[in-house]
Amino acid sequence: MRPEQSTIQPLEITVLVSVGRHPTTGRARRADQDARAVELARGVADARVQLMHAGGKEADCESALRGYLGMGFDALTLVEQPEGADTLPALAEALRGAPPQLVITGERAEQGEGSGLLPYLLAERLGWPVVSGLAAVESVENGVATLLQALPRGQRRRLKVRLPAIVTVDGAAPAPRQSAFGPARRGHLAAVPGGVTVDEAWANWETQPARKRPKRLKIVKAASARDRFKAAAAKAEGGGGQVLTDVAPEQGAEAILKLLKEEGVLR
Amino acid sequence: MSDIVRRDPRKEWIARNRLHPQHLDVLSELGQGAASEWPGPNGLVRKNPHAVGFMGPNGIKRIDRSGIQQGAVGGSRGAASAAQSKPLVEIESPAFLVTVVPDMSGGRLSSHDRDLLGLARQLADADPNARGAVLVVVFGGYHREGDGELKEIGFGEAGVDRLLILDDPRFDGFAPEARLGALLAVEEAWTPRHWLVPDSKLGGADLGRRLAARLGERPATGVWQVEPDANAELGWQCLARGAAATIDIRRPLPRITLALAECAEPVDDNRHAAEALDLPQALPSPLSRIEDLGQVPVDPAGVALAEAEFILSAGNGVRDWDGFHAAAEVLGATEGASRVAVDDGFMPRDRQVGATGTWVTARVYVAVGISGAIQHLQGIQTCDKVVAINMDPGCDMIKRADLAVIADSAKVLEALVELVKQQREEQRDAA
Repeated sequence: MRPEQSTIQPLEITVLVSVGRHPTTGRARRADQDARAVELARGVADARVQLMHAGGKEADCESALRGYLGMGFDALTLVEQPEGADTLPALAEALRGAPPQLVITGERAEQGEGSGLLPYLLAERLGWPVVSGLAAVESVENGVATLLQALPRGQRRRLKVRLPAIVTVDGAAPAPRQSAFGPARRGHLAAVPGGVTVDEAWANWETQPARKRPKRLKIVKAASARDRFKAAAAKAEGGGGQVLTDVAPEQGAEAILKLLKEEGVLR
Repeated sequence: MSDIVRRDPRKEWIARNRLHPQHLDVLSELGQGAASEWPGPNGLVRKNPHAVGFMGPNGIKRIDRSGIQQGAVGGSRGAASAAQSKPLVEIESPAFLVTVVPDMSGGRLSSHDRDLLGLARQLADADPNARGAVLVVVFGGYHREGDGELKEIGFGEAGVDRLLILDDPRFDGFAPEARLGALLAVEEAWTPRHWLVPDSKLGGADLGRRLAARLGERPATGVWQVEPDANAELGWQCLARGAAATIDIRRPLPRITLALAECAEPVDDNRHAAEALDLPQALPSPLSRIEDLGQVPVDPAGVALAEAEFILSAGNGVRDWDGFHAAAEVLGATEGASRVAVDDGFMPRDRQVGATGTWVTARVYVAVGISGAIQHLQGIQTCDKVVAINMDPGCDMIKRADLAVIADSAKVLEALVELVKQQREEQRDAA
C-alpha cells in the first residue's frame, strides 16, 4: 500500500523523538509527547515524515526507538551521541544538512534535564520561528502552516506560521497509535555520526529522585487569640459581595451580564 | 474664646449618675459616649461595667476583650484600613533589579504570579545594605482581548517596586516575538540581575524559554526551591524539577529562572511603591512570522469541568431544566450541577461540582438555585467570581458570592438569555 506518485512536492516533516521513561517502572519506552508528535505528523496530508533521534544505541534505547518505527516507518535517523553529551549542536547540524520544512517535537524530554529548551535553542540556531503546545496542524499551503494551539482551560487558538518552523505538541494533541510489532522489528536504525559536545554544566549538577514537595500550610497571621480562633473556626465568610434583593429579573440579569462582560467570559 | 476649659459640675454629676434621665444626652455632649471608664472628681478611675461591650447580632450583649472591636462598627472597614496600615516600603536607589514577567491571566495576578513575586522579594531583600527592587513587566492589552480590563490594582501589596505596563495592540494575543522584543529592551535598558518567569502553560513557560534562548543563558526550569549559597555566582542555589518531574536537580541559580507555583510565600507584610516606569526608547517593531488568527470557539460541553473557564451550575432550586440548558448554550458556559441535582437524575454524574465531584477552577461560576453546602463550597474554592441566583437570601452560597440575585432563577436566566441575544443581534447589525 504505497501512495501513488503525485506531482506536488510533498511537505518534508522531521519529528525529533527521544527515549522516554515509564513513570512507574522506569523502563525505557517511546516518550508520550514524542509519540503524539509522530501521530500529529502522520495526520498531515501530503507529507513525507522522517524520524530523527540523537543519542546512544544501547539495547534498551533501541527497543524504545523501535516503538516509533512500529508507527509505520521504515527507518529512523540516529545521530549517535555518547551519554552526557549536549545533543543540540549535533541535531542542528543534521537539520541544517537536509533542512525539512517543519520540525515537530514533544514539549520536553522524560529523561535528563527535561527543561523543554531544545526546540527554542534549535529555532534560535536555525533562525526559524517556534510555536509551542500544538493540538493540530490544520493545513499547509504555499509555505504557510495553519496551526491549532492548545491553551489552558480547553481553549484553542488558530495561528499562521511561515515555514520552515519548529513546533512542539501539547497533551491535547491526538493520542498516538499503537506501535505494531512487525514493522518495529523490520525497521532500520540509520546511524549517522555526529559531532560530540560534552555538557559540562549538567555533569556538575547534583541530581536526586524527586522529593515530594511540602504541602503549603495555611499561615494565619493573627495578633490575638480571638483572630486565631476565628480563622480556625471560620465558615463561609460574608465577603463583601453585592446582594440584590427585591429586584426585577431583568435588573438582576443586567447586573450578571455586566459582571460576565467585565470578566470577559462571554464570547 | 479663651482656652480655659470651663467645667460644668452639674453635667459631670449627671454623667456620673447613670440613673439620671439626661445621662445619655449629657454623655454625648461631653463627648464620652457610653464610656466605661472615666476619671472621677477625686482622681480615681471610675468604671461603668454596664457600658462595656456591644450588642451582638442576636440582641445579646457581647464583650470583646481583645480590644479590636471597640468603637469599630462593621468588620469590612477595619479590614480596609488594615490593608492601608501595612508599612510602606520604598526603595529609592536599588542596588539591582529583579524582573518578574507575570502571566496576568484575565488581567489579574494569579496565585502563581504572587508566589513568584514573593520569591523576587526574597532575592531582592537578601542583603539589607544593598536592597534590590522588583520590576514587573505587564503586557496590558486586556480590554482589547475580551479579557476585561487590567483589574489588578494591588501591585504594591504584592511586593512590586517598579511597574512597567506595555499597552500596545501588537502585544495582544499570541505575540511571542513582539513580547520578546520588549523584554530585550528591558534587558538593554536596566540589565536586571534576575529574571523570574512563571513556568506555566499560560504563556510564561514559552516566553521565558524564548528569552533564555535569545539571551544565550541556560535557565533553570521547574524551580521550586531557592536557597542562599555563598559559592554560587549569584549567591543562590535552586532545586529544579527535571526529567518529567521525576528528578530534582540542585544547581546554582542562573540569571533566568522559570519557577513553579508555590516556590515561595507571597508577600504579606508590607506595601511597596509600585512606581510606574517607562522604557527609555521606543520599541522596534519586528517582522512577525507568527500570525494570530484569534481563539477558536470550542464546544463548552466538551471542555472538562475541572478546567472550564465559565460554569453555569444548577442545584435543587432549578425547576425549568430546558431553560437552564438553553441558557448554558446561549452563554457558552460549561454545565455543572450540585449533588442534589445529580442524585435526582437531572444531570449526569460527571457534571457534579464539589468535594465528591469535581473541584473546579473557573474564573466565573454561576450557581443557579444552589444553597451552598460546605462540600459544594469546597469544590468552588478556587473560583475567582461567584454569582448566585437564589430565592433564599440567608443561604451560604449568598455569603460566598460576589454577586447575588435574590429572585426566581428561571426568570432571571430567561431575562439574561434575552439580553445576551439582544446584544449579539445589535453587534451583528453594527457589523
